[in-house]
Amino acid sequence: MSTSTTIRNSRRSASEDPKRRGLHPRRIAGRTILHGVLAACAILMALPFLWMLLSSFKPLTEIFAQPPALFPLQWTTEGYEKAFAGADFIRGFWNSTYIAVTVTAVSLLTSCMAAYAFARIEFRGSKPLFMVFLATMMVPAQLTIIPLYIIMGWLGWVDTHAALIVPAALFNAFGVFLLRQYVKGIPKELEEAAELDGASRFRIFTTMILPLLRTPLTALGIFTFLGQWNNFFGPLIFLNSDANFTLPLLVNQFKGQYGADWTALMAATTLAAAPLLIMFGIAQRQIVDGIALSGSKS
Amino acid sequence: MSTLTAAPAQARVAQSSRRGMSRRRKDTIAALVFLSPQLVGLAAFMVGPLVFALVLAFSDWDGFGTAAFAGFGNFAEVLSNPRIQRSVLNTVWFTALQVPGLMISSFVFALLMQKAGKMLSVYRLCLVAPLVTSSVAVAAIWLWLFNSEISPVSNALRSIGIQSPDWLQDPNFVIPAFAIVAIWQGLGYQLVMFMAGLQSIGSSFLEAAELDGCSGWQKLVHVTIPLLSPTILFLSITSIIGSFQIFDYIYVFMDSNAPEAARTIVYEIVQIAFREFNFGQASALAFLLLLSLLGITALQLAVQKRWVHYAE
Repeated sequence: MSTSTTIRNSRRSASEDPKRRGLHPRRIAGRTILHGVLAACAILMALPFLWMLLSSFKPLTEIFAQPPALFPLQWTTEGYEKAFAGADFIRGFWNSTYIAVTVTAVSLLTSCMAAYAFARIEFRGSKPLFMVFLATMMVPAQLTIIPLYIIMGWLGWVDTHAALIVPAALFNAFGVFLLRQYVKGIPKELEEAAELDGASRFRIFTTMILPLLRTPLTALGIFTFLGQWNNFFGPLIFLNSDANFTLPLLVNQFKGQYGADWTALMAATTLAAAPLLIMFGIAQRQIVDGIALSGSKS
Repeated sequence: MSTLTAAPAQARVAQSSRRGMSRRRKDTIAALVFLSPQLVGLAAFMVGPLVFALVLAFSDWDGFGTAAFAGFGNFAEVLSNPRIQRSVLNTVWFTALQVPGLMISSFVFALLMQKAGKMLSVYRLCLVAPLVTSSVAVAAIWLWLFNSEISPVSNALRSIGIQSPDWLQDPNFVIPAFAIVAIWQGLGYQLVMFMAGLQSIGSSFLEAAELDGCSGWQKLVHVTIPLLSPTILFLSITSIIGSFQIFDYIYVFMDSNAPEAARTIVYEIVQIAFREFNFGQASALAFLLLLSLLGITALQLAVQKRWVHYAE
């Protein structure tokens, strides 16, 4: 018994010791296969992006070349010139960015406040009201978008960014739920001491609770920003005029007009996809943590 | 300990009575202040529209003139419309292909990635990148990759003697094509979730199983999967809800004239509401979608006790 344990232990320590790891031929084979499979799959997953990027620099004639080549024979920015001439991508970028930033900032603040109230203040109806928030997470956006469209018509908000910003900034059930879990996890003793010293709830919230929520707020912020920046459904329903279009809408419209001009379409798609892909490359760890945290509820 | 917590409570009572307002009223007012922005949002953009949608579902209204009460007429029309029935079947078929495909492939990747070592962030960058990309950009890329004439994919298939189908035009292949794109884009999310789940499994469990002489496969089936079951449940609930709402790709691929073989429930809702301006029927269909999602989720939660294992 003791010998078998030592054998297992020594095998484990061998796998942990990088110098000795190389001594086992079976290990080398195993690791080569593992990395071969992973690298092949990673390349396969990245290939559509590479195809998009490289094709955007091809002249149109090369698109129909048989067999198609990954790299352009002749590099050209023709596609980008057509893309910029065909649609105002700078404006689309600005629209997408300021809508996403505004929604993220305001909804983080309002969700935080609501989360604090649910987690820390005892009031009648707290539990049922919280259950209502939870239940709304099941409601598909397509159900409320029809009445919302009519309401926005009454408010005169159709074809304005307010129709996208205000509802998303003022209502975020998932955010309230996620942050409430975190506030509940903060020990109460400090707040009670502060309360004894005469600190108001507002002071306690801003100076003691908010700083401790940095991790979930970053995660939720990333999650909200991604969702808003890439949102297609809302802008498609609410926006009509080109000047108000966000990037996804611009790409879709561009596709309708330049559908057969693949290099221009790929240039437009690259313009729309690049900002977030670059951001993801820089802040991969934070973004991945943010995505992971969004699922680690309850 | 009890004296410690009791002290502030007594002080609070003393303090509030001094100021002449009951603690309870002050708390209610404070709660209302903190909740007010989200409460306005809840009322104006969720509960209000829901009630409105319910009214719409039982009325005949095109957005102009007066609405007429329609009873269950909208529901009856939606349920008996053969085109919508086909769209429902398409959606179910899409879900049946996408949800298991997504879950199995991301789980396998998560297992492999555990041993990726230093290369982890490189692999993860490739696998998660589609997730941060807008579905419109994703669909624009795949629009090309599915074009049988100029796609490098069908070209590669042709060179090894396989005739690639005309994915988006062939009624038998269009839904699988959507599933391929959805799996490609959705893989990153589930991968991240599974990796986080795997990380939270203490190595002690696996070491104990190893000491008991479990093979790799046995460890996977008897230790890893049961310990990951809460993650699996969470992902299966959210991914079924998500796949029932597929819309963006179809709209980018087909605009507003998708053939019957390529239409889904949400596509129908949007067409009926914003092309035909039949708000009543669209709302009725959207309510049926909500009810089915609630039903499916309730079913999943009901049977979870049989297979989901919560580590204490």
